Amino acid sequence: MSPQEIYEKLKKDFGDLVTELVDVPQTDPYIRVQPSAVFDICHSLRDDAGLEFDYLMSLSGTDLGEQLGVVYHLYSMHHRHKIVIKTEVSKENPLVPSVERLWRSADWHEREAWDLLGIRFDGHHNHIRILLPYDWEGHPLRKDYQAPETYHGMKVS
Amino acid sequence: MSEIKRMDLEYSQLDSDRMRINVGPQHPSTHGVLRLEVEVDGEIVTEVVPHLGYLHRSFEKHCERMTYQQIIPYIDRMDYISAMNNEWPYVMALEKMLDIKVPEKVEYLRVIVSELNRIANHQIAVATFGLDAGAFTPFLFYFRDREYIIWILEKLSGARLLYNYFRVGGMAADIYPTFKQEVLDVVAKVRKTNAEIMNLLIYNSIFIKRTAHVGILTPEVAINYGCSGPVLRGSGVAHDLRRDEAYSVYDRFDFEVPVGKGEVGVVGDSWNRNMVRVNEMEQSCRIIEQAIAQMPDEGDVTALIPKRIKIPKGEVYMRAENPKGDLGFYIVSNGTDKPERLKARGASFVNLSVIPEISKGYMFADLILILGSIDIVLGEVDR
Repeated sequence: MSPQEIYEKLKKDFGDLVTELVDVPQTDPYIRVQPSAVFDICHSLRDDAGLEFDYLMSLSGTDLGEQLGVVYHLYSMHHRHKIVIKTEVSKENPLVPSVERLWRSADWHEREAWDLLGIRFDGHHNHIRILLPYDWEGHPLRKDYQAPETYHGMKVS
Repeated sequence: MSEIKRMDLEYSQLDSDRMRINVGPQHPSTHGVLRLEVEVDGEIVTEVVPHLGYLHRSFEKHCERMTYQQIIPYIDRMDYISAMNNEWPYVMALEKMLDIKVPEKVEYLRVIVSELNRIANHQIAVATFGLDAGAFTPFLFYFRDREYIIWILEKLSGARLLYNYFRVGGMAADIYPTFKQEVLDVVAKVRKTNAEIMNLLIYNSIFIKRTAHVGILTPEVAINYGCSGPVLRGSGVAHDLRRDEAYSVYDRFDFEVPVGKGEVGVVGDSWNRNMVRVNEMEQSCRIIEQAIAQMPDEGDVTALIPKRIKIPKGEVYMRAENPKGDLGFYIVSNGTDKPERLKARGASFVNLSVIPEISKGYMFADLILILGSIDIVLGEVDR
């Protein structure tokens, strides 16, 4: 299926929860969705006939300045088509439904997005840091991040 | 006579025979600084919890402060066993955003160095996997042969492991006069050693008893966990981006995608994952021979390299088939010479996440073998 067809199918099923399809030069076409509907839309993308996105290639968090973004790169082993799903949440309450129950590969990717960007994933079974020490403070990939002076008495440079 | 104080112990409440063991982070069998928290019941593994981050170097944060060209040496240090392959999806992503078509000679040179590096990577993977099972000789054989590959890559790029050889739009340096003959000599050496390894290791009955039926990964679980590369193909899923997405000039070569067939053990066990790597070395040899034959002699591989790179606004996700699996780069450009966001989706990072799933119920010694059969490199896991 082409991104346009996927978008039309999602738009038919989810209405206003699917915001727009963005297809501009120098960019992989992506579909912007409301954060509250991420799980349902992903569930539909994984299981509906014709879509069957069974492979989550990558899940990335991004700092968009005012907001935080989550980007899902999906691939279907069966149909060999791809789609990018994007959602945006506010920095005050960065809560996105977890898709870990749909694709287990999301488990570590979501932990990484929490660790580095501070995006919380609702329903994740083990919502802890993954790359940084468990007692680290702050989320380093945010643009306004200030590294602490010391960590357990050791100098952080 | 004082009264003896009785201690009533409720034995059913005592977990007397379950034990939590710390494996790593400083132990050779964890293939780097990986720490596994393992719960064992006697000698049976009941739970595995990987703890990552001992080699975390803030790769993604660094990238936001560096120009696109400066990032390439850092990418080498992710999967330092196969640095050539690492650089490829990154420069491919930038070339796609800049709309650069690289010359034919560059494409063939990229194929040759990447496949050579793939062979070197699989040699280490099979050698250390044998080492985990207690076979020391194949390790020496493979390391002897790998040195010839590294010499070729060193002559091309100037470095043994961390090459910094790919450039956006070309390569850092041209080939040297005896390059083609040396590559063909190495291919012959690789084939000869692999034939020896078949008897020495692969079909050795002790090795089969240690690795067959161990760590079985079913195709459904492998896809759901996002596994890729030999881990996925060992489970019988013929997914290879060189064929399925045919980037660069891979559509011009005749090669097969080896999958686990279960001739020994069952599809998806450690033996089959390892066998996929051995078979892939032969396929890489075939690709190299064809690429050497088709590679044009004329052409300057450095001609199209831009001095300054300013990527137009946009974002792209590019992935390529690395020896360990799919390596993807998600690059967001803000129109300057530095990326707004760069995320590396390492194959080792994703493949490692399946360890807790497939190692439950096996013996503790098997856990080390299962980890070896996944073939991880911590530089890519922790980034």
